[in-house]
Amino acid sequence: MAYDLSFAQDVYKNSEMGHWIKMCKQCGVCAGSCPLGPHWEYSPRQLFQLVRGGKKEEVLKSQSMWMCTSCYNCIVRCPRGLPITHIVHGLARYASVKGYADPNQVTNRFATKIFWTNIVSTGRVGEAMLTMRLYFVDGLAAGIQRGLEMKDSALGMLMTKRLNPIPFRGKIKGYAGFAAMIAKAQELEAKREAGA
Amino acid sequence: MKEYTFFPGCSSEKSASAANMEHSVQAMCKILGIQLNEIDDWNCCSASIGYAGGGQLPRLAMSARNFALAQQQRGTTDLVATCAACWLAMRETAERIEHEPEVRADINVALKEANLSYEGGIKTRHLVEVLIEDIGWEALKAKVKKPLSGLKAAGYVGCQTNRPFGIAGESYENPLYLDKMIEATGATAVNYPKKVACCGGALMFTEVEKSCALVRDLLQCAVDNGAEVIVTPCPVCQLNVEVYQGKINQLFGTNFNIPVIYYSQLFVLSWGGSWEDAALHQQVVSAEVLRRFA
Repeated sequence: MAYDLSFAQDVYKNSEMGHWIKMCKQCGVCAGSCPLGPHWEYSPRQLFQLVRGGKKEEVLKSQSMWMCTSCYNCIVRCPRGLPITHIVHGLARYASVKGYADPNQVTNRFATKIFWTNIVSTGRVGEAMLTMRLYFVDGLAAGIQRGLEMKDSALGMLMTKRLNPIPFRGKIKGYAGFAAMIAKAQELEAKREAGA
Repeated sequence: MKEYTFFPGCSSEKSASAANMEHSVQAMCKILGIQLNEIDDWNCCSASIGYAGGGQLPRLAMSARNFALAQQQRGTTDLVATCAACWLAMRETAERIEHEPEVRADINVALKEANLSYEGGIKTRHLVEVLIEDIGWEALKAKVKKPLSGLKAAGYVGCQTNRPFGIAGESYENPLYLDKMIEATGATAVNYPKKVACCGGALMFTEVEKSCALVRDLLQCAVDNGAEVIVTPCPVCQLNVEVYQGKINQLFGTNFNIPVIYYSQLFVLSWGGSWEDAALHQQVVSAEVLRRFA
C-alpha cells in the first residue's frame, strides 16, 4: 500500500511526542543542524512530511531515525520549538516495536538488544560486557577482528583502570524491586503503544 | 562543609570509562569543602540510547527510582550529577513528571513494584552549576596555587551539557562558562568554532566511521587554533575524543595525539593538587604536556 491514511493518526497518538509532527512548518533548520545530516535517507523535515502523507513503509523502514546522535541541535534551533530529537527517537522506537525496522540495523540492534539488556539485567551499565557483546554480535571471527582493530585503545583503557578486565558485574541490591518496576513499566508501555 | 546528594552514574564507577572524572571530581570537591553524598543503590539513568529499548515509561521510571531513593534517604531537593547524559535524562524525567499527570501516575504504578513513590520536588543540578552558583567565580579563582600560564586549552562543551537544557544562564550556540573556567586557572582559552559540535555520542559504538569523522573535524579545528589540550565536562565527549584518536589516525591518515581532560582535572592541577589527585595518570592519551604545572 503506497498510502496509509491511518498512519499519521497512529503516530500522532502512539509514537512519543508524535502529535507535534502536525506543527512542523517544513523549514528544514533541523536538517541543516544535524551533525550526521548528510547520512540521513530522509531528514527530520522530510520524515515528518512523509508521516503526514501516509508513507508508512518509507518512514518506518528508513535508516534515517537511527542516525540520531542525540545532540539536541534540532530541538534548540527549531523555530516552532518542536521536540524534534524526541519525535525522531519516538519514530525509531515505533519502527522497532512494530517490526518495520531491520533487526540487524546496527543501531537498532545495539540499542534494543545489547544496551537495554545490559542495563536491565543488573540495574547499571556494565561497560566491559557492553563492549564485548557489541564486538561479538556478528560472531567470533568478526569480534576478534574488531577487538584487534581497537586493541590499543582497549589496552590503554585497561592500563589506566578505566575498563574492568572482568566483564561480569553484580546486580544492584534492590534488583528484585527494580526488575519488577521495569516489568510493570513495560506492561503499561506496551498497552500505550498498542493504542489502548 | 557544603553537602549535596550525588548521582555519579555508571561511567563514574570504579574501573569504568570516566573513573578519571570521578576521581578528580572528588579531589576538586575536597578542596572546595563540598561533600557529595552518593545515593545508595542507584540505578542507570537509561542514557541517551535507552529510548529505543525502553520506550517512554521504562526509560523515565529509571530516573524516577533514583529520585525516590534520594528523597527517601536524604530528604533532599537538590540532586547533583556530573555526567551529561545522566543529568539530561534526569532533567527530562523531572520535567515530564511535573507537566504530565498521566506520566506521573503511570510511573508511580511502576515504582510501587519497588515499594517506592515519587510525586516531584527533586531539582537536578549539574556540578558545574554548583561551582558557578554556590561557590562562585571569585572563589574558584582564589583557589589557584599554580597558575597554568601559557597553556592553550580548547574548551569542548559538546552537546548534552548544553542542549536541550544547558547550564543555567548560558547560550546554546556560544556557551562561555568552560572558557571562563579555563581562564580561571590562568590558562588561555582557545577561540575555535567547534566547541558545541557533536562527537557522535553513543553512535560511536555503531556508526564508527561517521562519528570518527565528526571527532576528526573537532580535533583538527582545536589543533589548528593552537590547542595543546582539550577540556570537557562530558564523559561521552571525553571518551570519544580521547580514545578514538588512534582509530581516527588509522582511518584518515592524521596524526592526532592531544590529551582530552575534564574541567575538574584542570582545576585540581591549578589548585595545587598532585598528578594523581587530578587523575592525570588515568589518561589514555598522555597528558604529559601538563607536567610542567604539576
